[in-house]
Amino acid sequence: MVQDTMAQTLHGIPINAYLMLSAVLFSIGVLGVLYRRNIIVIFMCIELMLNAVNLLLAAFGAYRGDSNGQIFVFFIMAVAAAEVAVGLAILVMIYRNTKNTDIDELSRLKW
Amino acid sequence: MIKLVALVPLFPLLGFIIIGLFGKSLSKTVAGVVASGAILLSFIVSLLLFINLNEAGENVSHTVKLFDWIQAGKFSADLSLLIDPLSSVFLLIITGVGFLIHVYSTGYMHDDEGHNKFFSYLNLFVFFMLLLVLGSNYLVMFVGWEGVGLCSYLLIGFWFKNTNYNNAAKKAFIMNRIGDLGFLLGIFLIYVTFGSVSYSEVFAQAKFYGADEPVLIAITLLLFVGAMGKSAQLPLYTWLPDAMAGPTPVSALIHAATMVTAGIYMIARSNILYTLAPTSLHIVALIGVITAVFAATIGLLQNDIKKVLAYSTVSQLGYMFLALGMGAYTSAVFHVITHAFFKALLFLGAGSVIHAMGGEQDIRKMGGLKSHLPITFATFLIGTIAIAGIPPFAGFFSKDEILAHAFAHNKIFWLLGVGGSVLTAFYMFRLLFLTFYGKFRGTHHQEEHLHESPKSITIPLMVLAGLSVLGGFIGLPEAFHAKHLLKSFLSPVFAASDLRMLPAEISHTTEYALMALAIIIVLIVVLLARNKYVVKGELPVADGVVLSPSSKLIANKYYVDEIYDTLIIRPLHWISGIFYRVMDIQVVDGFVNFIGKAVVWSSNTARLTQTGKIGYYVFVMVLSVALLLLYISY
Repeated sequence: MVQDTMAQTLHGIPINAYLMLSAVLFSIGVLGVLYRRNIIVIFMCIELMLNAVNLLLAAFGAYRGDSNGQIFVFFIMAVAAAEVAVGLAILVMIYRNTKNTDIDELSRLKW
Repeated sequence: MIKLVALVPLFPLLGFIIIGLFGKSLSKTVAGVVASGAILLSFIVSLLLFINLNEAGENVSHTVKLFDWIQAGKFSADLSLLIDPLSSVFLLIITGVGFLIHVYSTGYMHDDEGHNKFFSYLNLFVFFMLLLVLGSNYLVMFVGWEGVGLCSYLLIGFWFKNTNYNNAAKKAFIMNRIGDLGFLLGIFLIYVTFGSVSYSEVFAQAKFYGADEPVLIAITLLLFVGAMGKSAQLPLYTWLPDAMAGPTPVSALIHAATMVTAGIYMIARSNILYTLAPTSLHIVALIGVITAVFAATIGLLQNDIKKVLAYSTVSQLGYMFLALGMGAYTSAVFHVITHAFFKALLFLGAGSVIHAMGGEQDIRKMGGLKSHLPITFATFLIGTIAIAGIPPFAGFFSKDEILAHAFAHNKIFWLLGVGGSVLTAFYMFRLLFLTFYGKFRGTHHQEEHLHESPKSITIPLMVLAGLSVLGGFIGLPEAFHAKHLLKSFLSPVFAASDLRMLPAEISHTTEYALMALAIIIVLIVVLLARNKYVVKGELPVADGVVLSPSSKLIANKYYVDEIYDTLIIRPLHWISGIFYRVMDIQVVDGFVNFIGKAVVWSSNTARLTQTGKIGYYVFVMVLSVALLLLYISY
């Protein structure tokens, strides 16, 4: 009955709380991307934004009894995994070339 | 038989194509034979056509349509050829005199490296000239008209390594272009007025117009501007003396016998239009007589053998326009014929002299050539007598006919005409005496090389001399109780005009008196010239000697070239300079450069947004997304 209790508890939380939480998570992600200079932290902030959205999707799906939201979440997780693989590979290459993880060092493409 | 007319221009065209395409591989002899042969064949066909027409009687105008040329909306023009007495006479002159000049050229141009090119141009010229006189509408005439202008340009600048000759060629081309513009506008106006450019339709409709309708005056004057350019009348004559830069056969063929008479042909062809516009006729006569006297005075003090003949040509063309202007179309054509004979003869004679002198053209350095060049001398003498108007040589009859008309028409024109013929007699005999009499004044080297020209040169001279002697008998004056053969032959062409023209008859007694007067004055002038240049042995002064003001004015050709230079060429250069500096550099270039600079400046500014800072990019991205969301939600 633990699961029932769990589901009931979750249903007991109003949808607004999920909205607030994911908005806060998303904003933290955005601000992190904007203000942090360490490239790995930025990367994590991007993941944070993705997961904020995932949370929202799952919450809406559960709230409306519609499984489409959860299917979306799985897709996003799969894509994010692929993205992480590519992104981390790029990060490694950047580090090997610049011995640095500071994005302000990566301004060579400008005029 | 009449259908054969297409062959007349075809032969020279074929000649041009053959020599033009294969000129490099043909020997000089072959090229000369092909070129002369083409013209000879044309001449034979022309002769057959002439005989045919002469026997035809009433129906003497035939149009042979070759093909539809232009069909555009209501406008249509065929390439069709018109054969009637007028074009037939011109065909005979062009092909006959043209053939003799081709034969002459085989001798004259023999040592020139451009020999074959020369003959291809010459054949092309004859082709266009034949097209000009054969066309049965103004458009075909215009094609021929432009074509002969082109050939004239090519042949004046034939020795293109000399800058002066090239300039002379350009001058001829540009001056002719001014005239051609008038001609073209005239054709446009004809089309707008009559809805057609074909002679038969235009002339048929013109008969319904009253005398001196403004549109007819405008048409005729515009056409006359074309004639002024082509036939070297005031104020567009200055190209002709400069055109003497071309080889001498060219001067004889193009700038004496044929092309320059195109203007006379055009007016004679459009005679009905002119007859219906007496105002225009008056202007034609006025320009003609002024040119006749004006050019004759310049001829008095020229020292270049060809320049004298060139001014003489301008002057004689003036007489032809005088005749046209008095409605004496037959007399004008008559003078065209006799002039073609004796002026071609004189030019070719001059060429023979120049040939013998090794290229020298200054008569002050000649003299005493009579014994060295007997045939050239004899034929040149005949030509001189013919142009001076001493009977019974050709020039006398044609010029006398014009003067008789002038006497009946307007006594002032007559007086000026007689004055002009007196001047003509003087400068021509001056030329003759200075060239052939007295002592040789050239270098010793030249004297040793003096020789009579080869047969290819002397035979055409002799034939033309014969024609200059006999040519006048085709138009004996009525006062001699003889039949004016040319007049009766040409009468169908001018019939409509003759009906409307008041007959300007003068009594036979008056005519005899006028003839006698003219002959006596001319003989006196000849004696004066003889006294001055043979007995006293005077010579024209050398260059650089100070002349009396009036002589200076004439020797400098009334400074007409300088006046044109000041009034037209310099202002044009000045305006061109202004347009270059203001319009071209400032406006056009400025606009183009402004666009270029604007692009560079805006790119320079816009590139600053590419900072390369990733944080900045992300910030812009987030901001944009936020704004987008705001925009969507409101």
